[in-house]
Amino acid sequence: MNSVTPKTEAEAAEAVNTARAARRPLGIEGGGTRAGLGRPVAAQTRLSTRGLTGITLYEPSELVISARAGTPLNEIEAALKDKNQALAFEPMDHRALYGTQGEPTLGGIAAGNISGPRRISAGAARDFLIGLRFVNGRGEIIKTGGRVMKNVTGLDLVKLLCGSHGTLGVITEATFKVLPHPASAATLALYGLADGKAVAALCAALGSPLFVSAAAHLPAGLATPEPLTLFRLEGPQASVDERLSALRRTLAPFESGEALAPDYAGALWRAIRNIVPLVSPPDAAIWRISVQPTRAPKFVDLLLKQVAARYYYDWGGGLVWLSIAATGDAGAAAVRAALVQAGNGQTIGHATLVRAPDDVRRTVDVFEPLAAPLLKLTKDIKASFDPDGILNPGRMYAGI
Amino acid sequence: MSGIQFPKPDPSIIARRETIIAGLAALVAPDSLITAEDERRAFETDALTAYRRIPLAVVLPRTTEELSAVLAFLHKEGVNVVARGAGTSLAGGAIPQEDAVVVGVAKMARVLDIDYANRTIRVQSGVTNLSISGAVAAERFFYAPDPSSQLACTIAGNIGMNSGGAHCLKYGVTTNNVLGVKMVLVDGTVVEIGGPYLDSAGLDLLGLVVGSEGQLGIVAEATLRILPMPEDARPVLFGFPTSEAAGGCVAAIIGAGIVPVAIEFMDKLAIEICEDFAHAGYPLDVGALLIIESEGSPAEIDAELARIVAIAKDYSVTTIKESKSAIETAAIWKGRKSAFGATGRVADYICMDGVIPTGKLPQVLHRLNEIVAELGLRVANVFHAGDGNLHPLVLYNINDPAEQAKAEKAGEEILKLCVEAGGCLTGEHGVGIEKRDLMPFQFNPVDLQQQMRVRAAFDPGWRLNPAKVFPLEGRVAA
Ligand SMILES: Cc1cc2nc3c(=O)[nH]c(=O)nc-3n(C[C@H](O)[C@H](O)[C@H](O)COP(=O)(O)OP(=O)(O)OC[C@H]3O[C@@H](n4cnc5c(N)ncnc54)[C@H](O)[C@@H]3O)c2cc1C
Ligand SMILES: Cc1cc2nc3c(=O)[nH]c(=O)nc-3n(C[C@H](O)[C@H](O)[C@H](O)COP(=O)(O)OP(=O)(O)OC[C@H]3O[C@@H](n4cnc5c(N)ncnc54)[C@H](O)[C@@H]3O)c2cc1C
Repeated sequence: MNSVTPKTEAEAAEAVNTARAARRPLGIEGGGTRAGLGRPVAAQTRLSTRGLTGITLYEPSELVISARAGTPLNEIEAALKDKNQALAFEPMDHRALYGTQGEPTLGGIAAGNISGPRRISAGAARDFLIGLRFVNGRGEIIKTGGRVMKNVTGLDLVKLLCGSHGTLGVITEATFKVLPHPASAATLALYGLADGKAVAALCAALGSPLFVSAAAHLPAGLATPEPLTLFRLEGPQASVDERLSALRRTLAPFESGEALAPDYAGALWRAIRNIVPLVSPPDAAIWRISVQPTRAPKFVDLLLKQVAARYYYDWGGGLVWLSIAATGDAGAAAVRAALVQAGNGQTIGHATLVRAPDDVRRTVDVFEPLAAPLLKLTKDIKASFDPDGILNPGRMYAGI
Repeated sequence: MSGIQFPKPDPSIIARRETIIAGLAALVAPDSLITAEDERRAFETDALTAYRRIPLAVVLPRTTEELSAVLAFLHKEGVNVVARGAGTSLAGGAIPQEDAVVVGVAKMARVLDIDYANRTIRVQSGVTNLSISGAVAAERFFYAPDPSSQLACTIAGNIGMNSGGAHCLKYGVTTNNVLGVKMVLVDGTVVEIGGPYLDSAGLDLLGLVVGSEGQLGIVAEATLRILPMPEDARPVLFGFPTSEAAGGCVAAIIGAGIVPVAIEFMDKLAIEICEDFAHAGYPLDVGALLIIESEGSPAEIDAELARIVAIAKDYSVTTIKESKSAIETAAIWKGRKSAFGATGRVADYICMDGVIPTGKLPQVLHRLNEIVAELGLRVANVFHAGDGNLHPLVLYNINDPAEQAKAEKAGEEILKLCVEAGGCLTGEHGVGIEKRDLMPFQFNPVDLQQQMRVRAAFDPGWRLNPAKVFPLEGRVAA
């Protein structure tokens, strides 16, 4: 595979222009840590963002950081840590999942809209991404959004690019809102709850005024022999202590809880974020399902009647992670059918095939299939950025 | 004001008015169709009252199906459409034009479903912002974005403008609190984008629709996040000798890692105007005040406020007045939330809505006051300081054309100042018609064209709210 590694935004634009003139599509790569996500890209040339690095602006008192797209995430996190701040959406690291090396980049986070367990309380990457510079498929350098928290000037192309997986533009620089790093955290664990009851407990906690920042449930045998239901509180120490007592009272009808040792809890949340409980076997397919929390157990029940799967619930049950054998369609038909059955004929969520061999991802819909009018809009939007289909062709949907 | 141009009405549409009205009459109940001139006049403007145009007709459908049929018909007839919620837009987003039919959601105001366990509510888009919180208050939930107009404005308009409010520092604005919409495209096609779960499939079309000012489709229903009410909340008034000191204090609080639920700013003139109206107990002997609200348990609030007080002392704070009761809390917020209305009793004004990096607050406020003074006018500043969203109210006399021109000039210079400081033209009120011609100041032609091509992907004929947001010159197709 040919490779081009622009060192400036202008060089990135030139690379796109050259590719466009030659009608030769580009596969965009940041750290290459999750080349396995999305459909396989049909491109012979790789555009690497590795030459576009460096933090360009960091104003701690304004809660804002900007960096070029290829900047390694760990460089960003180190700079933030220095000032006791963090990317509040806890972007997951999926090197374990894909068995990849390399360094996740800030551009990859923006392109993939990556978030972690704090999604439920803080939001996703999309909620923190406030500005972008990118090169569209016409080779034009575009600026959208900015460095201020509130901005409704024109159309919000920032959101559109976030999670577009490199199909609309080569992101060259991204600006994120950051937040103070929580001063302390406590995790309460309940043991032995069946899924339905666990999700009820999660809903009760998240519906309380205690500001639970993350909530997950792991069935028996994933982290501990017994089912494990987890609740995280964050903030100043005194506040966390006070809320922890209140949370115990809120959850008393379910099961008496145990506060976990901070180090162990930290490792658990990292594992949940990075899908570690399902990493092996490495050849199994991994699905990510977004649903209403209370409907998740029924969906899982219906699914398990059709295929064998291992699973756990993040975001208080709003996100279900599944591991299914990668044979045949890697469970695609069963997963999508169960989503419809659980809604009595209407789908209750959407499913993304996060890991599977190339030939499976070539034939199965990796992202949730779109209703016809939305697919048409998506195609028209793609064409408005990239009329010749130069950028990551086919990454999200056939032709997109 | 007369500086802003409208496109010339299309005579071929005007000529077909009777046919168009007859077609609409076949689709909706008689009380959903407004054709008499005096009744249409109620829709000739929004809260940017200096501009007005009487629309061809007004339709207020009751259901998504009616809305879809209306749009399909108008599309077939090639008629322009202006979406309308409550018409409280300050940027002129809902002002019609003579060759357009206003399609309003005022009669689509039902709460469809409340799901406390999953913390969502589904509503028709014509419900008012405040009534959403009202619908879930008994179970101690609320809908977070709280524009000052929340008693009147609709969720449709909030989605159109991506509205914010005083408590958005912590909870985010509309785009962070909407999970899904059912929307009718220009040709009448009904689409569902997102749903009652976090994150939607495919490209983030929902993120694009929020803040699109009625240009991509008409929102019929919305699924929103509702949040549990905090245990308690308490505002404190801090008085400072100067605006600069208050601005510096805001930066220091955030720099110290404290993000309270709200930080609101008022300068001397704004304090006088609001106190006179609301009798909120604001100190009158200060140059500026901050209203900082902290929430959580009483002990958490005490702890956070203690840290804030310590920081304020470094900025020569002269007054610290903590709310002691629900009544005092209500009064403090009433003063702030009625700022626009109270100012309207004193003088005509234009309300600007620019955003700046918070670190530049002191310099920008200084220069802003100079700009207005140089033009011989007065300005009251009241805004969301935590996120740098300024709302200078430039006072003038609407009956004096020379003063009006000066006020518009001041507004334009203030917005340019915001952009030059690294900020933007609008933080929550939108571009509408008011800032349309300033767009090239923030975006270069290439940036703007990409936005316009995306817009055209939804509405190739530029029929939806066509006079808004993008300069009339240089428009491009998909
Ligand atoms: C369990 C799990 C679930 C995940 N779920 C999701 C998910 O649902 N959705 C999702 O998107 N990601 C998801 N991610 C992955 C996340 O994407 C990575 O942590 C990180 O973003 C990869 O960064 P990278 O620089 O290594 O990207 P790469 O692997 O190099 O690239 C990732 C993708 O982004 C594109 N890209 C990279 N840089 C740019 C750029 N500058 N401009 C434009 N496009 C660019 C690439 O073409 C590729 O499509 C998930 C990861 C895990 C572990
Ligand atoms: C006193 C006062 C205080 C205010 N305070 C705030 C504040 O604190 N924060 C803030 O953000 N704003 C504020 N505003 C501005 C205004 O209230 C908001 O922009 C509000 O969201 C507008 O809602 P509306 O229902 O009145 O919409 P409208 O004015 O009717 O419409 C607003 C825009 O949305 C579009 N639109 C309307 N309905 C639909 C639909 N169904 N589908 C698609 N597009 C649609 C319109 O075409 C227009 O572009 C204030 C206004 C006033 C008068």
